[in-house]
Amino acid sequence: MSDTMSNAKPQPLVVAHDLAKTFDVSAPWLNRVIEGKPRQLLNAVDGVSFEIERGKTLALVGESGCGKSTVARLLVGLYEPTRGGLTFDGQDAHAAFKSADAQKMRQRIQMIFQDPYASLNPRWTVDDIIGEPLKEHGLIRDAEELKARVAELLKSVGLSPLDMVKYPHQFSGGQRQRISIARALATAPEFLVCDEPTSALDVSVQAQVLNIMKDLQRERGLTYLFISHNLAVVRHVSDRVGVMYLGRLVELADKHTLFGNPQHPYTKMLLDAIPKMHDTGRARTPVQGEVPNPLNPPSGCTFHPRCPQATDICRAERPALRDFKGIKIACHAVV
Amino acid sequence: MSLLQVKNLVVEFPSRHGTLRALDDISFDIAPGEILGVVGESGAGKSLTGAAIIGLLEPPGRVAGGQILLEGQRIDHLNNDEMRHIRGRKIGAIFQDPLTSLNPLYSIGRQLTETILAHLPVTPQEARQRAIQLLKDTGISAAEERIEHYPHQFSGGMRQRVVIALALAAEPQLIVADEPTTALDVSIQAQIISLLKNVCKDRGAAVMLITHDMGVIAETCDRVAVLYAGRVAEIGPVHQVINHPAHPYTAGLMASIPDMDSDRERLNQIDGAMPRLNAIPQGCAFNPRCPKAFDRCRQDRPDLVQAGANMAACWLHDGSAA
Repeated sequence: MSDTMSNAKPQPLVVAHDLAKTFDVSAPWLNRVIEGKPRQLLNAVDGVSFEIERGKTLALVGESGCGKSTVARLLVGLYEPTRGGLTFDGQDAHAAFKSADAQKMRQRIQMIFQDPYASLNPRWTVDDIIGEPLKEHGLIRDAEELKARVAELLKSVGLSPLDMVKYPHQFSGGQRQRISIARALATAPEFLVCDEPTSALDVSVQAQVLNIMKDLQRERGLTYLFISHNLAVVRHVSDRVGVMYLGRLVELADKHTLFGNPQHPYTKMLLDAIPKMHDTGRARTPVQGEVPNPLNPPSGCTFHPRCPQATDICRAERPALRDFKGIKIACHAVV
Repeated sequence: MSLLQVKNLVVEFPSRHGTLRALDDISFDIAPGEILGVVGESGAGKSLTGAAIIGLLEPPGRVAGGQILLEGQRIDHLNNDEMRHIRGRKIGAIFQDPLTSLNPLYSIGRQLTETILAHLPVTPQEARQRAIQLLKDTGISAAEERIEHYPHQFSGGMRQRVVIALALAAEPQLIVADEPTTALDVSIQAQIISLLKNVCKDRGAAVMLITHDMGVIAETCDRVAVLYAGRVAEIGPVHQVINHPAHPYTAGLMASIPDMDSDRERLNQIDGAMPRLNAIPQGCAFNPRCPKAFDRCRQDRPDLVQAGANMAACWLHDGSAA
């Protein structure tokens, strides 16, 4: 369906270069003046670069507050980057979001949110919910045609066209998440940003949703950015994995390399923290310490207070993300 | 002898549209010092079982049948005052969200000493010493200073440590831990689970660990009970249930969990969803989703029978028991 290029290396569909987002979390102006408090800036995402090839899945993992969701929101244009940008299919996406062509770009990039209870309007029926993007983007005007298209979308996510007249509360969590997927697919996007799409679901239902997402990817050649804190899920769905810590990527590698031979001490720690189902009774070394306050991050490598391999250089100098044996890594200790 | 025995427990919620039976004939026991895992999907009745044991069912929910025995004494029909002496002293509780289980207006030291003084015959000085020791045991550094701090001054993982200290304060023999790590980050979960396991082992306390995370169960528990639609589907030693599940629901549940060790293009899925309480099918509640269902499953409800090392409520194992 998509025209593949005859060049040796296919051009990636999504290129994020040096994406950064800073939030102003200062006290109100009056307090700053009276109490002499300085301005406070929070670097939620601090220079993140990656590429995603067409039809592939990049997963971002990390603990709460590492900036995963902010990256997702930057990619779909819900936030404007403080620095850096996003190139989508050779075009500057953030410039496009502001131009007259914004609608076109938005059709191509869609998002699935974490909580299917909060992301569907409880007062709308399913055909309103799924038909909304079609009407908003002016893709279908005829009422009959709209119904037919919504029915088709419902079928593609394994729901019945008869469900069209129901309200979200009449569905279970897994079915609601399928409705959000159908809504995201309405504009026939090429790139889907999925922010923790299954973390609100039970495992048996999670399997249903993950299977549907994989089937759709195969059928339509979709490209995914998949955000999750569940490493087993990430290992199942992704092709490449980026590990984030306090707003930066610390390791970016192909799935098998990352899970088979993790390099960064933080990645190793995260992998070690997963309870294993089958070799029961094995003692694990729990991760030490907690994520530091992002308002006052540690000097040098922000991971050094928790890192077993930290040396003086880690405390002084921040490691850059560099190429190392086919992966990208930001660590002084890995040579 | 078992520390806790739950016999044919039934919990009902009267409603305008008739009575909903949320727990239906649940039986299991916990030996002293044992860790029993309770798993199941949302709405299976995991938390309700825990709430019934600690006597904190939300009205109008009520125990409509069966018995709960602690050290051979019935505790399911005690009134509030009597139950208050058991809760904390004999049964400690840990809930999912550490922020809501601590009082934000009291320092954690005050909350700990209050619990200790309420249940144990000690002086306030001794209670304070004990509180400091508990905080140290749960891995809080500089406990002497931090005891004066308020809950908001602790991070999520630290707060859950305080909650564990609070549950252990009066040295109960049983801890009911309801999703103690669900609100925490993956890296912190492992810390908290190993802490819970170790402090309980040191004190010889038994734990009923309610969670939906099979990985946590596999690593922590001695035995596990799998709940489905308010009934026990399978119960047995943790390795047996995970590696040789006897009930088709358990087997499906295990296969639907993404695995770190194998590559599968598709996950096995159990089609459909758990039935609502007002529409539990006749016969085995799992029969509409079960790949192995036959006529008997649609008519008669199975009870727990021996299935290898496990007990399973499934007609497939009816013959093997006889």
